[in-house]
Amino acid sequence: MALYSDKVMDHFLQPRNLGVIEDADGVGEVGNAKCGDIMKMYLKIDDDIITDVKFETFGCASAIASSSMATELIKGQRVEEAMQLTNKAVAEALDGLPAYKMHCSVLAEEAIRAALEDYQKKQEQA
Amino acid sequence: MQIYADNAATTKMSEAAIEAMTECIRHWWGNPSSLYTIGQKAKEKLEEAREEIAAVINASPREIIFTSGGSEADNQALLTAAINGKRQGKTHIISSAFEHHAILHTLNKLKKNGFEITLLPVHENGIVRTDELEAAIREDTCLVTIMTANNEIGTIQPIAEIGEICQKHGVLFHTDAVQAVGHLPIDVKAQQIDMLSASAHKFHGPKGVGFLYARKGIILQNLIEGGAQERGKRAGTENLPGILATAAALKEAAAHMEKNAAHMTAIRDYLIQGLSEIPHSALNGDALKRLPGNVNFSFEGIEGEGILLLLDQKGISASSGSACTSGALDPSHVLLAIGRIHDVAHGSLRLSIGEDITKEEADYIIRSVKEVVAHLRSFSPVWRDLTEGKKEFILK
Repeated sequence: MALYSDKVMDHFLQPRNLGVIEDADGVGEVGNAKCGDIMKMYLKIDDDIITDVKFETFGCASAIASSSMATELIKGQRVEEAMQLTNKAVAEALDGLPAYKMHCSVLAEEAIRAALEDYQKKQEQA
Repeated sequence: MQIYADNAATTKMSEAAIEAMTECIRHWWGNPSSLYTIGQKAKEKLEEAREEIAAVINASPREIIFTSGGSEADNQALLTAAINGKRQGKTHIISSAFEHHAILHTLNKLKKNGFEITLLPVHENGIVRTDELEAAIREDTCLVTIMTANNEIGTIQPIAEIGEICQKHGVLFHTDAVQAVGHLPIDVKAQQIDMLSASAHKFHGPKGVGFLYARKGIILQNLIEGGAQERGKRAGTENLPGILATAAALKEAAAHMEKNAAHMTAIRDYLIQGLSEIPHSALNGDALKRLPGNVNFSFEGIEGEGILLLLDQKGISASSGSACTSGALDPSHVLLAIGRIHDVAHGSLRLSIGEDITKEEADYIIRSVKEVVAHLRSFSPVWRDLTEGKKEFILK
């Protein structure tokens, strides 16, 4: 059996939504280099809808695939909806992750939430 | 292009080894302990293999015990020294911080049973210092166990000097030579080694076979009790097909050792030179005192698993000391032991080339690694912070 599902390999080899949004409405970064995983999410939000999302990730293949899948899942969603994203949904969409890699999907969920919270904070301040 | 560059993990069996193994399965299938002709023929083959193997490391055949591999040999050597030492009231063991887990985990077990363990530092170059070793020896030291060459970074330890120091102080000296046997010249007498562990599948022999050399006079402690095989020191019907294949592989490796080492060293240095061109990278371990086939680099700003999977896509099999490749949370204890901090240890790559590597393959490896590193850095937030000056580079 291969280490990863075809879906994980696909998102690792051809990550979706890779990059940076210079004028992002929300940015979230989680993880640390010591543990070997850092994810950074950039959101563009128009009228409460996530119109664009980009990511950068330092980490293993499942961390890169989890970030990629998470961006696909929330693109086009309302902020409220995206807030409900769970790590389980990310892992399931990838056709599963090895048990010891589940933390990668948790990190993806946290990165999305951090970016959304950053957006909400900016909204309140505005 | 398909390039297997993970020979420190395992090697492909040589044709001579495969032939010796199949010949044994077909013809010498008797039990070496049986007294009739078929059994005695098997016994004869077993002892021939023992003689051939002993000759390669300048031991006598009686000093070789066949085991299931390097880990078993390591366990038996340490247990032997510990039990024999305890009888004389000696419960202190000296080792190094970057030994194989077969040593470190056994030492941990001994520690829980009242032994005191000193792990010598291996410094930035990945080599123990003999003055520090000598200073660590005490009245109650029963064993010094230092590997001949490290499995991850390939650094070669001053075995003959350590042997001399141990001899001077009357302390047993064991070396885990799993990465060295068949690749580096070993002379247990000249190097004053008391016990040595080896594993067949690291020199083109089969998996599941290894041996322990124990100098005459050392009373081995059994890990496996039962019949009188291996002079009563390792019970169980001998793995004769594996043992004969081991002897065939080692004989071949020893016959071509000098030529192979010269070729691999040249390619190794070519790879090191090529990969050094990658900015913010560093070779792990001493550049010269290393195994002919070992190249180990750290690349800042990326994680090792991605490097391996992308290289695999390009047909290159390699290994990494990253935590993600092992399921552990911490990166390789070897890289931490030579002072690489976590952030950098995660982004490591080990290439362990084989004897048949060509310069064209080395060029392909260099090109591929450069591409893969650049790709992973292109979307790494750590790399962005480093290049934008928000974080300081660790590897200059």
